[in-house]
Amino acid sequence: MTISAKKIIELEKIAKRIRYDIVMMIGAGKPGHLGGSCSIADIVAVLYFHKMRHNPKEPKWPDRDRLLLSKGHAALAQYAALAECGYFPKKELSTLKELGTILQGHPEMLRMPGIEAYTGSLGQGLSVACGMAMAGKIDKKNYRVYCVVGDGEIAEGQIWEASMTAAFYKLDNLVAIFDKNLVQATGPIIERYDTNPHGEKWRAFGWEVMEVDGHSVKQIADVLDEADKVRGKPVIIIAHTIKGKGVRFAEGKADFHHGIMTQEQYETARRLFEE
Amino acid sequence: MDMQNCRTAYGETLVELGRENERIVVLEADLSKTTMTKLFEKEFPSRFFEMGIGEQNMISTAAGLALCGKIAFANSFAVFATGRPYDQIRVSACIGRLNVKIVGSSCGLSDFGDGATHQGIEDVAIMRAIPNMTVLSPADGIETRKIVRAAANYEGPVYIRILRNDVPDVTGENHEFKIGKPTVIREGTDVTVFAHGYMIYKSLKAAETLEKEGVSLRIVNVSTLKPIDEKAIKKLTSGVKGVVTVEEHTIIGGLASAIAFILRGTAIPMEAVAIQDCFGQSALNYEQLLEHYGLTDMAVVKAVKKVLR
Repeated sequence: MTISAKKIIELEKIAKRIRYDIVMMIGAGKPGHLGGSCSIADIVAVLYFHKMRHNPKEPKWPDRDRLLLSKGHAALAQYAALAECGYFPKKELSTLKELGTILQGHPEMLRMPGIEAYTGSLGQGLSVACGMAMAGKIDKKNYRVYCVVGDGEIAEGQIWEASMTAAFYKLDNLVAIFDKNLVQATGPIIERYDTNPHGEKWRAFGWEVMEVDGHSVKQIADVLDEADKVRGKPVIIIAHTIKGKGVRFAEGKADFHHGIMTQEQYETARRLFEE
Repeated sequence: MDMQNCRTAYGETLVELGRENERIVVLEADLSKTTMTKLFEKEFPSRFFEMGIGEQNMISTAAGLALCGKIAFANSFAVFATGRPYDQIRVSACIGRLNVKIVGSSCGLSDFGDGATHQGIEDVAIMRAIPNMTVLSPADGIETRKIVRAAANYEGPVYIRILRNDVPDVTGENHEFKIGKPTVIREGTDVTVFAHGYMIYKSLKAAETLEKEGVSLRIVNVSTLKPIDEKAIKKLTSGVKGVVTVEEHTIIGGLASAIAFILRGTAIPMEAVAIQDCFGQSALNYEQLLEHYGLTDMAVVKAVKKVLR
């Protein structure tokens, strides 16, 4: 399906609202995973508001497409999208990390409708996604499983175990989205622990590799459609992104992987996304 | 007493379960010939997944299958099934109370030849520590069949440790297994012996020896190591002069720890027969290794005499 100009504008607005909600959830003077959440805001917007078949009124609908964040710390982007979809009331977003909240520091499937698994201990989500895709094959269902993986995260060996499983079992109902935001918690990936080259590695592990500007909703929408056509192997979309995208003072900064905004920075960030 | 192999009993039960329930799937880390999941693979190839020698990915993948309605049995040796994917068991499977059944084969010292690297002697401790986890240890082939069935019918994560070698039947076909319920294998009045796995048999032999000396042992099979029924355990110790625990496991974090905690604050004398916080090693046969680490009927006799002193 070709995406209309109108839809593109709508998705861009939603991505902006997701970033606004991320900033609001974190607030001033408290640490939060701003950088990695903002880098995937456009991807999450396209998935929930354009690509995925899902039903907020029936979160456990067996035929739904599934989205897992293997890089679970970027959960704020997913929380914002789920609230926007109506999985839970938007006012809950103000309860991030409060005792008893559904908005845990990392995504919890038993607490929040729309969350598919427990992720956040890095490296595990892609394997869980493989299991879901394998179940889809056994049951001859046509749902698709989307899994966001980080470029720092792939230092975890389990990612490569999962990549072999996906290729061996020909999981063409699985799409990994590689959030290549170039920065891990302690600095630029090429300086701290270089996981490159990426495309070559995934290709060698048997995946169809596609590349995209991870902040272009049109490109994201188009590449997700392309991914539908691949048969007999899993697809990974390398999304070139900017950590902290949209929050200018945080862009590309490791300090905002899990940083604290001052009151002034918080006000600035809010204004950036206020419509 | 009839002898049975617990691995075979496990493999055969999996096949039966596979026939009865389409939701059963099996994941394996290249040990299917030993764990006996090869029986399931042969009959249900489309529900069997060879995951290569990668236990971490195996457990998280099992969690993904469970999230889509499957009852996933993930297999390896006890030492690898619990140690290598500890965090995957914790995060992918246990927080969400998923239907992931982890089966640790060749537990304790039962893989006598392969040495310390392959002998799972702390698996119970590791698995007991994880919230939401149920920990089961069958005493023989008969109980293995019942326990595997119970695990399949139970909603949530379960760890089952399976012995490698042929062991005598000690539980009997009429013995009812219920998760959480310790069962009396032999009635007695002087000392209560709590044991699990092959150590039930060793304890029974000790009871025969001691009977000749006028000492009467009550043998209790604690095949559910978690959740443990505190009330039942306390009741089984009332009126006796002492308590002995017997386990093919390190003394830290297993049955001895669990029973000692339940009996805290009582004055009842207690002794533990267990591996003394050390690793195993290779031996040419199982019994020789058990003897080296003090897991014999005579060690039980000695412990009983100590609590009676």
